[in-house]
Amino acid sequence: MKAAAPTYQGSREEFLTTRLDALVDMLRQYGVNWARKNSLWPLPFATACCGIELMGVGASRYDIARFGAEVMRFTPRQCDLLICAGRVAIKMMPVLQRIYMQMCEPKWVISMGACASSGGVFDTYAVIQGIDQFLPVDVYVPGCPPRPETLLEGVMAVQRIVEQEGIRTSRERGRGLRLTVQPAAELVQIGTEARS
Amino acid sequence: MTKTVQRVITALQEAFPDVDFAVAPLLAGRRPEEEQVCVRVPPTRLAGVMRFLYEDRRCRFEQLCDLTCVDYLNFPEATDRFGVTYALLSLTLGHRLWVKCFVNDPDPEVPSATGIWQGANWLEREVWDMFGVRFTGHPDLRRILTWEGFPAHPLRKDYPLRGRGERENYEVIHRDSA
Amino acid sequence: MMSDIPATSPRPQAFGGTTYAPEEPGSDVWVLNVGPQHPATHTTLRHVLELDGERVLSCTVHIGYLHSGFEKLGEHLNYNQYVVVTDRMNYVSPMANNIAWHHACEKLFGIEITPRCKAIRTIIAELARIQDHLVCVGCSGLDLGGYTPFMYFFNARELIYDIFEECCGHRFTTSYTRVGGLMQDVRPRWAEMVKHFCTEVLPPAIVDFEKLLTRNRIFIERTKDIGYLSRDDAVNWGVTGPLARASGVRRDLRKDEPYLCYADNWDGQGTRGVEFKVPISDGGDCLGRYLVRLEEIRQSAHIIMQLVDNIPAGPVNVLPDDKQTLPDKAEVYFSIEGLIHHFEQIMTNRGHTPPVGEAYGANETANGELGFYLVSDGGNTPYRARCRPPSFINYQCFEKLVVGHQISDVIAVLSAMNVIAAELDR
Repeated sequence: MKAAAPTYQGSREEFLTTRLDALVDMLRQYGVNWARKNSLWPLPFATACCGIELMGVGASRYDIARFGAEVMRFTPRQCDLLICAGRVAIKMMPVLQRIYMQMCEPKWVISMGACASSGGVFDTYAVIQGIDQFLPVDVYVPGCPPRPETLLEGVMAVQRIVEQEGIRTSRERGRGLRLTVQPAAELVQIGTEARS
Repeated sequence: MTKTVQRVITALQEAFPDVDFAVAPLLAGRRPEEEQVCVRVPPTRLAGVMRFLYEDRRCRFEQLCDLTCVDYLNFPEATDRFGVTYALLSLTLGHRLWVKCFVNDPDPEVPSATGIWQGANWLEREVWDMFGVRFTGHPDLRRILTWEGFPAHPLRKDYPLRGRGERENYEVIHRDSA
Repeated sequence: MMSDIPATSPRPQAFGGTTYAPEEPGSDVWVLNVGPQHPATHTTLRHVLELDGERVLSCTVHIGYLHSGFEKLGEHLNYNQYVVVTDRMNYVSPMANNIAWHHACEKLFGIEITPRCKAIRTIIAELARIQDHLVCVGCSGLDLGGYTPFMYFFNARELIYDIFEECCGHRFTTSYTRVGGLMQDVRPRWAEMVKHFCTEVLPPAIVDFEKLLTRNRIFIERTKDIGYLSRDDAVNWGVTGPLARASGVRRDLRKDEPYLCYADNWDGQGTRGVEFKVPISDGGDCLGRYLVRLEEIRQSAHIIMQLVDNIPAGPVNVLPDDKQTLPDKAEVYFSIEGLIHHFEQIMTNRGHTPPVGEAYGANETANGELGFYLVSDGGNTPYRARCRPPSFINYQCFEKLVVGHQISDVIAVLSAMNVIAAELDR
């Protein structure tokens, strides 16, 4: 996506701007996205168990600061990444929607854990069966709750989206990429010890 | 049944000779010292019995440990529908007693225990919210876990596990509208 | 799925449809809404405060923002399946909930678990207590403005996660217990990890905590005499756990109604119950709550060290002869009897055959008395699975505790209470 070259009066300025324009273009392509993807400000919408793992991600061992996303802000107006951690009850859904609407563009949403993505084990009257029914979601992180490494993988997935799609607003992105983090579990045969 | 609980039962029967308490363990066939004793009280006498259990020297139930309700709709051999269950605990004497009070449709009502134990406040609101049993004399009987205007009492046995569509009743936010 | 609700039925509003009186013009009273999404409410609590300047005149608490129908779900899952849901109840110490749930189930079934199982369950219950207190204390530091304690406390907590992962395969949601025993036995390496944690990791960590908080003047001044709860009020409100003990209530189920290894003669050979002290504070304030929790961490480590070298040998599950417990996995995979037995347990039209009746079993968990009241009609699933949630009952007195304090003290009181929303709303 190429920005329209601004028209300037005067020859000297024109000379400067053509050079600058190329630079700005490059910066827009790489620099801005690079800076933006490494400075995501998450809003921890932590409702349940996943919230504790989210605290674990922010704490000393896993340290989300390595990915530039340690600046947790609790007001939606300062954030650009909504991490919905935990199940959303019927009474909480309007709150989540209001918080999403209050966030400024551009914004991304991670649905963390089985409950936020699909309702998880709580197939009951009181739990929303996946927040993506009522809210656009960019990345689904599986797990109940996801291990911190999986959430970091989810943050990196958002970074890839930012890298590829740039700083387009939600309206321009349409349905978006809707990535799902693949569970990278190593399968071990059960019962080998007992047999040998 | 331990000795202290035996004394409580004796005291109850002396004080309320006209009430049939139907003293029985919650679960039959256990060792006597492990038995959890339950008494039945009709709703009309509940307030007096509770006040007695709180004040009498032999009972001294200072704490309302738990208050809940069971909907015996399809329970085998059940005659009444809602069993409001009080779990009482005495810290000084160290014994427990379960008190059951059965009420029925269409207008299940039980006197409130908030005047005796302040801790009954939210527990009674929860029972009202989940089962629709009203507590007369409760200072602030609002729904607590669902919102005002929720169309059902979810823990009743005739309410389906997956609800009646409450969880789908929202506006959808698209990227266009955000 | 078609919606049964008529279109005119009220939808939930962003604040649960509850309204409060608007401020009167000319009045000095200011209404402030805190929550349900607010960093200091930890999860999903909502307070409506009426303020005169910074002083709280009244507080109204709205809960239910995490109501997930646990008790309804309990009526549709069998006694082994429901343990998965109890993990998500008090998610700060899931192991303690697992143990409390199956403690109640075993009361209903009339099963006496094996000494080895008792010892392992006691150790993990105490580890869960340490885990819970670490988060509570760390976050009260965080809420009062100190980020460093949180980092230190979480560091110790991660090692408990490792211990749990070693014994059950998941660091967080454990689902480790089963009716009549455990999912699997522990390996010798596990005991080494526990010992390493209690001797090498925890004591220096506690020294760090003391330096960071106990001797921290800001912390003391923010918590001393804040949120006073008298002993009589604590009893009358039904408050249990560290909150009650900080108000001088001498009550600990581990001493008063002993179970597992806290009881004498727990292994059937006359061994005395584990030795420990129950810390009591008569302060009744937030500082007292903090000090009680810190001392409980030390006592828990003391209990673990008594047991970890003396875990009795023998089976970890009761013998599956009475067909109530699940057979060992090796037996299921490699013998036809084991496979049949396993199917008998897990098929929906077979399974558990509890007696008809009701039972209440309670454990002392980190927040207080966590009890389960089970009603059984003899079927495979409970007829009613009531949970006595300590957070729910403790949290009621919050409205009274904060009146007269400043706004910032509201946060201090809340974090010292350690309210866990999933346990609160269920």
